[in-house]
Amino acid sequence: MNSLRAGITVVEERRASIHTKSGQSCGLRCETDSIAGCVSQRACVYCGARVVLNPITDAIHLVHGPIGCASYTWDIRGSLSSGEELYRFSFSTDLKERDIIFGGEKKLACAIDELVERYRPPLVLVYSTCIVGIIGDDLEAVCKAAAKRHGIEILPVQSSGFAGSKSDGYKAACDVLMRLIEPRQGMQPFPGAVINYLGDFNLAGEAWIISDYLRRMGIRLNVVFTGDSSYHTLKKAAGAALNVIQCAGSMGYLGIAMQERYGIPYMNVSFLGMEDTANSLRQIAGFFNDAEITNKCENLIARESRLVEPQIMGYRQDLEGKKAAIYVGGGFKAISLIKQFREIGIDVVMIGTQTGRHEEYDTIEGLVGDGTVVLDDANPAELEQFMMQQGADLLVGGVKERPLAYKLGLAFVDHNHDRKHPLSGFAGAVNFAREVHDTVCSPVWQYL
Amino acid sequence: MLDCTTDKIYERSAGVINPAKTCQPIGAMYAALGIHKCLPHSHGSQGCCSYHRSHLTRHFREPVMASTSSFTEGASVFGGGANLKAAIKNVFTIYDPDIMAIHTTCLSETIGDDIPTLIKGAEIPPGKVVIHANTPSYQGSHITGFSNMTRAMVVYLAEANLDKKAERVNIIPGFVNPSDMREIKRLVSLMGISNIMFPDTSGVMDAPMTGQYAMYPSGGTTISELQASGDSCLTVALGAYASGDAAYQLERKCRVPAVVLKTPVGINATDDFILTLRSSFAREVPYALEEERGQLVDIMTDLHHQFHGKRVAIFGDPDIVIALTEMTISLGMRPLHVLTGTPSGTIGGPQGIFEKEIAGMMNQAGIKGRVKAGGDLFELHQWIKREPVDLIMGTTYGKYICRAEDIPLVRVGFPILDRGVHSYLPIVGYRGAMRLVEMIANALLDRADRDARDEDFELVM
Repeated sequence: MNSLRAGITVVEERRASIHTKSGQSCGLRCETDSIAGCVSQRACVYCGARVVLNPITDAIHLVHGPIGCASYTWDIRGSLSSGEELYRFSFSTDLKERDIIFGGEKKLACAIDELVERYRPPLVLVYSTCIVGIIGDDLEAVCKAAAKRHGIEILPVQSSGFAGSKSDGYKAACDVLMRLIEPRQGMQPFPGAVINYLGDFNLAGEAWIISDYLRRMGIRLNVVFTGDSSYHTLKKAAGAALNVIQCAGSMGYLGIAMQERYGIPYMNVSFLGMEDTANSLRQIAGFFNDAEITNKCENLIARESRLVEPQIMGYRQDLEGKKAAIYVGGGFKAISLIKQFREIGIDVVMIGTQTGRHEEYDTIEGLVGDGTVVLDDANPAELEQFMMQQGADLLVGGVKERPLAYKLGLAFVDHNHDRKHPLSGFAGAVNFAREVHDTVCSPVWQYL
Repeated sequence: MLDCTTDKIYERSAGVINPAKTCQPIGAMYAALGIHKCLPHSHGSQGCCSYHRSHLTRHFREPVMASTSSFTEGASVFGGGANLKAAIKNVFTIYDPDIMAIHTTCLSETIGDDIPTLIKGAEIPPGKVVIHANTPSYQGSHITGFSNMTRAMVVYLAEANLDKKAERVNIIPGFVNPSDMREIKRLVSLMGISNIMFPDTSGVMDAPMTGQYAMYPSGGTTISELQASGDSCLTVALGAYASGDAAYQLERKCRVPAVVLKTPVGINATDDFILTLRSSFAREVPYALEEERGQLVDIMTDLHHQFHGKRVAIFGDPDIVIALTEMTISLGMRPLHVLTGTPSGTIGGPQGIFEKEIAGMMNQAGIKGRVKAGGDLFELHQWIKREPVDLIMGTTYGKYICRAEDIPLVRVGFPILDRGVHSYLPIVGYRGAMRLVEMIANALLDRADRDARDEDFELVM
């Protein structure tokens, strides 16, 4: 790591997680626990499980724990619903000292009874929090008994915060989803061109854009995991011929599990940027090996590209030569963003993720130019130092990174829950270019 | 949306629907940010720290720095001692704060980590300070956490060194925005009284944009000021829930007399604050303040017909809500539903003051209203369904009820996640009251304009 320049304080234990690209790859250290005492941008198991499951619109999402875990996750996901709004409520057992001492099982059972009676949901998801993992409430038993009483599905989510990382929360969520899916009846042959779409949470309506593309290609979208999904649609997930996975970080595990149990093949796709969107649609069409679908797919790509290219080129004129820094949750999104920035004439000079995996970092190293700093689980001080050192004009990140960028006089685009425009597909590529353009070219930076 | 809420009041024995509070650690983190060059530290899982930072960032739109012990399964089984020791070492090596303020979480509290002993056994560089507060998330609310961390500042740092107390007031502002802390300091300065405010997030959570990022902005109470607080001759705690405990602790520890007042929101509470300073320090109220007060009264008079008899629901943190209730009554409004998520009795905190004070104000004003501590927004919504109001005052979370019932919302308190600027402009003092009067009047009049039939639509209102 001698390529780190002088004047930058990086604690010894962190050095293996930061690398400046120079020719060959070096195997960045990642998928490790954070160092105690670091200002990590990472979250917990509960957070991972909650973000994956929260978009299920007609479920009661009951957080079993003290109030905070429910308060901080109340309707912040930004995932849109075309129907039910129940998922936008915040339900908590609000555990108190007494419950910690005597156990929270009775209170939980009681809360479930009262909520089911009032809202009559088809599904209740009960999230475990740190404290529940410690006091040892048997969520499985409480949920099972309650399910029997009410005749609906009530499932525990094993998401005690300390029991791993956010990625482990994704797995806990996928385990719940696997329990929800019903086996196909009599293992009939797969129906026609029907797919599931995994790892899109319908932020700002993104899944709706993709669903429209698929429809125009003559492909039926069975269910989206989990954007704008409902109990009954999720149940039918085994009836698809293919799973396409957008966010592999959160849903790759589910894709593998469904292949193992139901024999449904999966493919990783990305609908971020024109290039990846077109490639992904072709990949899906190619799977079905059907002339009509291929034809429609090519028509769609041609038509949409024709529509959006001039707009993107317009923005590109103003953005050419700018430099971007990226710090996002997973490696998958980071990879797509590199390509998407290239489409608008921007080089990525710093890139990092909270929970990227080895193979994702290898891909990233292959995509970025020499001199780009790649880092895992960065803290704000590192982000600041490398963004300044690298001369970035713009940062792409989430809620905690925004004010940091602004303080440094850098433009910012939210690529997380706080995004306000869909960033998927061709329409999303234009939105992305516009958002980058609007922030980079804002007059406010002149007043610094 | 929210159409599953009915006016039928259900007896609920377990659980909260749509909370009007959050947990202790975030309050402790916010309080700690009010110490100069302090890094708050969350002793628990990474998620807690991440959520608190995100939530504070969404409200203040500022970077919020805090470190975490990053508990894993191992730490949860064998205790978090090793994590905390490593954390203390790393924090001072990497981030070099003057002081590290540790708060616990439900996890570390339940495991039973003995923080004072762990601090004693840790390597702390010379000249650096580590303090801690116990903030179990299953007790009280974020306000309790704020109060506990503020008290910890006294417990760890306040010293009584002088034989005769200094002619100086300690101000404990409570869980308010940096703009409010700034305004309170301005009022005290106008009175010509030297003061130590703690915690003080002005200059930290409303730091100006300079193109440079300062991990520790220029604001915040310094360690030496916190030490000197034990030599001041008076402590004025603003808000019984967020500030009272620390003031009484200082009284016990350093014999600094404590006065607990309402958060100075509205004319009455601001008068009380100014008069307390006047009588305690034998100072004249300067003309500048008289003028501000006179302007406020002028504005209240000019607009009083817009307020009179208007029904309002108020929710949020107890200290702010108590003061807002008083203020709306002073404008001739009728606060019918008043609710806080913070339970009224917590260990070390005031017992039952919330309901008592507000019921007293309602009684005196001849208002038959409802008041509850430890309630949630589902309940508030049911109350509003049974007895509608013209206005809701509270945090951003009120917007769901406002949308469902088509009621305007005046955003006050914490958190405000969907608007900006609130942390730069005060609601306390006479000027803050003018701003609130404007916000309330505009909300009511915008609604009147929107709802007016053509023939009732007026230019002059």
